[in-house]
Amino acid sequence: MSTPKQRLATFANQVPLFLGLVLLWMLLWGSFSWLNLLTGMLLAAIVSVGFYLPAVELGLRLNLWYTLTFLVRLGFDIVRGSLQVAVLALSPRYTPSNAIVAVHLRTRSDFILTLTGVSTSIVPGAIVVDVDRVRSTLYLHVLNVHRPDQVERFRNGVLDEERRIVMALGSREDVERLRRVRGEDRSVQDQRARDQHAHEKRKRGGTA
Amino acid sequence: MSDELQDVISAVLVLAGAVMCLAAGIGVIRFPDVLSRLHAATKPQIFGLMAITADVALNNFTVGTVTLVIAIVVFQALTAPVAAHMVGRAAYDTHHVRVDVLIIDELGTRPD
Amino acid sequence: MLIVAVIAGVLFGAGALCALYRIVRGPTVLDRVIASDVLVATVICAMGAEMAFNRHTDTLPVLLVLALFAVLGSLSVARFLPVEDSE
Repeated sequence: MSTPKQRLATFANQVPLFLGLVLLWMLLWGSFSWLNLLTGMLLAAIVSVGFYLPAVELGLRLNLWYTLTFLVRLGFDIVRGSLQVAVLALSPRYTPSNAIVAVHLRTRSDFILTLTGVSTSIVPGAIVVDVDRVRSTLYLHVLNVHRPDQVERFRNGVLDEERRIVMALGSREDVERLRRVRGEDRSVQDQRARDQHAHEKRKRGGTA
Repeated sequence: MSDELQDVISAVLVLAGAVMCLAAGIGVIRFPDVLSRLHAATKPQIFGLMAITADVALNNFTVGTVTLVIAIVVFQALTAPVAAHMVGRAAYDTHHVRVDVLIIDELGTRPD
Repeated sequence: MLIVAVIAGVLFGAGALCALYRIVRGPTVLDRVIASDVLVATVICAMGAEMAFNRHTDTLPVLLVLALFAVLGSLSVARFLPVEDSE
């Protein structure tokens, strides 16, 4: 049996989702009246009881400043991504070259994983082909990559996206994990980039 | 806002949306396989829809219009990636991916 | 304004024709589904543009419904697509 404290936590976890449903109802009607609030709450209650889904672990943390920067950046990225694909479709010299890339995320939360997947699918970049929940890995199809260093840059872009989302809404453990991982990660990436560079140089030297 | 300025903004936004729709159509024809076509089908649309609905909201700036416009854009932005993922996975599972245009396939070589 | 409307109409029409071509040509069910998604999105944008030109908001609820339910088609096809029938 769950203790009252646990039950309170589960209830608190549901509140944002419930409020989201009410807000959605009011958006649909296009007015913020008391009647709408009342019917919205009634419907939200019916929906969340009637169409029961396993609860999402929200983590109950929200950093307004980071959320704002995330949303602004997201809007900017959406425009950029749309324009990129549009230009690619219209450009006369288009040669197809794609990649399916596995990105290992650092988060352990389904919520963050989903958000990252959805937001990387609308910003420059990717379609989520497959998700590995256990390893929190996204398999992304990337359009128009020609060289391995572009793949690495894309991977870093997705990890940055994840970092922005975790900073905005992630749980404390995730933020901690990111902080810890970040230092070693950077050095590993730098090393990899340097290796890549040296490799390319050697190759060029060899063919010349 | 003066009428002329409003007309210009309106024209620019609508034309941007229309160009995005055309780009999506051309992309669907030109791109080589299902997964690439998915990119063309999901991305330019969102910007096009944002531009055009923003135009509608600017012309008719009331609470009802703005909230509906936000709802439309949010729904499109949330549902398009989900649909793309489902179609993309179906395409991968049924081997409708052109392997010759992939430079890396880390899904095919993943550890089990 | 009329010129803009004509240009936008031509662009929308061309986009819709491209999508139609892909629906007819296939080659797979998934291609057709994607192309019909593009067609729906083009219709949504065109209806929005019409509202912007004529300064009204009557069809906004239609846009909402289309934006909501356009995915259902591709979702159900992708979900229930049998492997051998996909050609």
